[in-house]
Amino acid sequence: MKNKKTTQPPKWATRLLAWYCRPELLEDLQGDLNEFFDRNLETRGTFVARLIYIIDVLKFARSYTVRKPVFSNPLDQKMMLASYIKTSGRSLRRNKLFSVINIVGLAASMSVGLLVIAVVSDLTSYDSTLKNRDRMFRIISTLQFTGGPSMKLASTSWKAGKLIREEIPGVESLVILRNGFGGDAKIDGNTVPVGGLYADERFFDVFSFPLVSGVAATALKQPHSLVLTQTTAEKLFGHADPMGKLVKFDTVNYTVTGVLQDLPKLSHIRFEMLVSLSSIDLARPLIPSDGDNMDWGNAFSNYVYVVLAKNTDPATFTAALNRINDRENASMKNNKIAVSPQPLKNIPVGKQMANEIGPVVPVVTVYALAGLALVIILSACFNYTNLSIARSLKRSREVGIRKVMGAARAQVVGQFITESVIISLLSLFFAIFIFFVLRGQFLSFLPQLTSAFSLELSPRILGLFIALAIAIGVFAGLLPAVFYSKINAVQVLKDAASLKVFRHLSLRKVLVVIQYTLSLIFITATVIGFNQYKGFLRFDLGFKTENILNIKMLGNKDEVFIKQLSALPAVKGVSRSILVSSLGSLYGSKMKYNDPADSAEVDLNHIDENYLPLHEYSFLAGRNFRHQPKDAPESEIIVNQQLLRRFHIGHDNPQKAIGETITASGKKLVIVGVLKDFHYATLESPIDPTAFRYSADPGVYVNVKISAANLPATMTSIATLWKQLDKVHPLDANFYDDQIEQAYSYVSVMLKIIGFFALLAICISSLGLFGMVIYTMEKRVKEVSIRKVLGAGNGMLMYLLSKGFLFLLLLSALIALPLTWLFFERVVLANFAYHQPIRFRELFTGLFIVGGIAFLMIGVHTLKIVRANPATVLKNE
Amino acid sequence: MKGTHLGEFEELVLLTIASLVNNAYSVVICDELSKHADRTVKLGVVHAVLNRLEEKGLVKSQLGEATATRGGKRKRFYFLTGAGKASLVRAKEIRDQLWQKIPNLTLKRI
Repeated sequence: MKNKKTTQPPKWATRLLAWYCRPELLEDLQGDLNEFFDRNLETRGTFVARLIYIIDVLKFARSYTVRKPVFSNPLDQKMMLASYIKTSGRSLRRNKLFSVINIVGLAASMSVGLLVIAVVSDLTSYDSTLKNRDRMFRIISTLQFTGGPSMKLASTSWKAGKLIREEIPGVESLVILRNGFGGDAKIDGNTVPVGGLYADERFFDVFSFPLVSGVAATALKQPHSLVLTQTTAEKLFGHADPMGKLVKFDTVNYTVTGVLQDLPKLSHIRFEMLVSLSSIDLARPLIPSDGDNMDWGNAFSNYVYVVLAKNTDPATFTAALNRINDRENASMKNNKIAVSPQPLKNIPVGKQMANEIGPVVPVVTVYALAGLALVIILSACFNYTNLSIARSLKRSREVGIRKVMGAARAQVVGQFITESVIISLLSLFFAIFIFFVLRGQFLSFLPQLTSAFSLELSPRILGLFIALAIAIGVFAGLLPAVFYSKINAVQVLKDAASLKVFRHLSLRKVLVVIQYTLSLIFITATVIGFNQYKGFLRFDLGFKTENILNIKMLGNKDEVFIKQLSALPAVKGVSRSILVSSLGSLYGSKMKYNDPADSAEVDLNHIDENYLPLHEYSFLAGRNFRHQPKDAPESEIIVNQQLLRRFHIGHDNPQKAIGETITASGKKLVIVGVLKDFHYATLESPIDPTAFRYSADPGVYVNVKISAANLPATMTSIATLWKQLDKVHPLDANFYDDQIEQAYSYVSVMLKIIGFFALLAICISSLGLFGMVIYTMEKRVKEVSIRKVLGAGNGMLMYLLSKGFLFLLLLSALIALPLTWLFFERVVLANFAYHQPIRFRELFTGLFIVGGIAFLMIGVHTLKIVRANPATVLKNE
Repeated sequence: MKGTHLGEFEELVLLTIASLVNNAYSVVICDELSKHADRTVKLGVVHAVLNRLEEKGLVKSQLGEATATRGGKRKRFYFLTGAGKASLVRAKEIRDQLWQKIPNLTLKRI
């Protein structure tokens, strides 16, 4: 029968039997089952035969057939662990290249994981110093416009707080806060700006922030009471005791009744001081347009926090809130406001709401970051696995000998897991250094991040780091460990090359191509982006910005200052303007030409007569402004080509446009000059109609052109002059070039992020390729030797060995480069009206770098094998 | 240990092993028993009994040659030990003695 030969009993059942059965009984049992199986196959068919086989396997599990589990005693395990560590250490030292590559790769990707741990840990420890954190809720509002969109507010109405306090039982304590308190505090003639919140006297019942001095219960009871944080107190009073002192805001005196310990950094609520809510005169609206303070709809400035009693179910509390909602909304006309409780824990990570009281991190960001870290760590683990298995030709002999000496499978597994955990812990050491660098970069990306995270190392976080490292070690080492433990000692000692290592070689090739494609995309994006960024900074804006210092006058009179500045030897020229252009801030007004119905928005800057020559604007026609006294009526305007085009002045001929009149803010202004088009806005937007109007005293910025020599001395003398002018505010001066760089800083932030990922991706994909190279080379050592003996040259052999990998690289390049080019051309650079074209050189720089690394890796390894003496290699056969 | 006491099924298995002489292995024992005792005998039960008999020292076993059947697995052949033979003989003696005590008439009447 044909059937009989091909049909086998179910494999898993056979394996199950082999697993549980005592070895001395196994063979006989298997034989019996097979005999019955064959018999049933003939008489009853495949299905029944298999079924009976399975049932019999299960039924054979009896007390006398099942093998006894072997437990090694703890002392042995301890000794084995010591041995594992010792032999792992030896193995790491013996294969230095392998160890270094693995440690570097794991460390790079682990650092991202560490960052995520620190971020998540920070987010979960927000407000953790508060005593009643688990029972604390913030009352938030959903504002629903009739027939329109809805909007979530972190704030709520004063009335809501009052109603909850009066009507809902089971609320242990409740505090109403209100924003908008602050301004210049005046103490004994000193003026210091501070900001804070209004809070009622129950504040300290809800928020258990400790007071340094003052009585928590009464500190915020009386009107015009002030509670300062320690830092604020020091700012206002220095080291003197602030208690009972007076602080004047506007015309009202406030008394300091308490000093608060500085808020923990990880607090969702931030303030410099608290002022008693009773200071607000309810009868008088704070902002005239604001309506009644006690209105249900006035839900934009107040915050309500509650602590529920221990036995109160949040669900019943929500139900009570809904009853209030329904009642109050019955009389609302244009919109409805529903209040609901938000657990305190959910505040720092959550949906973005309007009127947030402190920093909030969108939950998507956290997920994205965590996902990214997971992908990066997984690919690093994958590479580790790949690399360790790729070395199987060498290592399997060692395992074979171990097994012959009596090592059990578990012990081989232990050996390899220990090795990968040691590598992982070593990586952690370096990862922590990378983490420190990464942390600084991460926090500096956005100012919000600096305020939202501390990312400090604490013992808890360090513990988590170690846990992560061990988990990565175990995870990455598991597959090699299982693989090596399965090795058949006899087979491996006879002929190591016969081992089947990579069953899915094509899958691995696909992975290498994916990894390389990603690294190429990242690195090409970095190179192109960097070139574009440099291009933005170097872009010819139509005027000169070198060595021009823009000083913000901050409301000070500039005449004397300018005279003093001009007297400095290093100062080549001084001009004045109301705006620094090309940085993204715009100012404009409507202007008209002959047709009174046709008005256009024109970008504008008010300047003095020195501005245009100082910045070296180029005139196409006409002349510069002339100096005029302050009270002279304004009569002149200088425009760009684009404005001529917009109004069709003089048929776009600059010469003919001179003398034409333009109406701006009701004044007739004569065009006295036409400038070549220049960039008033950033390079994202096209050049718009732009005009300069004359002002004898623009008063906002002073532009100083200084000579490049001896900058620090010049800066010092400018700062000294400023000190004489304004004693309170520090000098606010920036070089024009730096300001332009600042305007494009978001590009450089993006570049840094992409660049980092490029680095990671290259690291990881190089490791992946490296594993493949090592494996292939080791397998082909003999082949190469035989070829050599038969007369193959080194160059030919190098080509033969590396062409497979070169093909993979080429494939990735073919995918990555067009994709990146399209992405930049169609998506990124489409946002910039003016940018440099993407050059081929930029596209291929990335390929050159990645290819170079790959060549080096393949080359070094191939060369080693090609150069090996065939006699030594073949001798061992 | 239950000593040399033989259970009913154990005795049957022992007898079968004796009767099969050199060809007694689990599957054949099972078949023989099914044929002669006219009842379905499960392989698992036979295995358990063989294991017990071996523990009691009444039989000994030995792996045979590998064959193409049974998926290449060797058979385990069973043989009676001296003790096994003795216990069989003793069981038969007890029965015979009891049988002789029964008058012919009594049995015929039943």
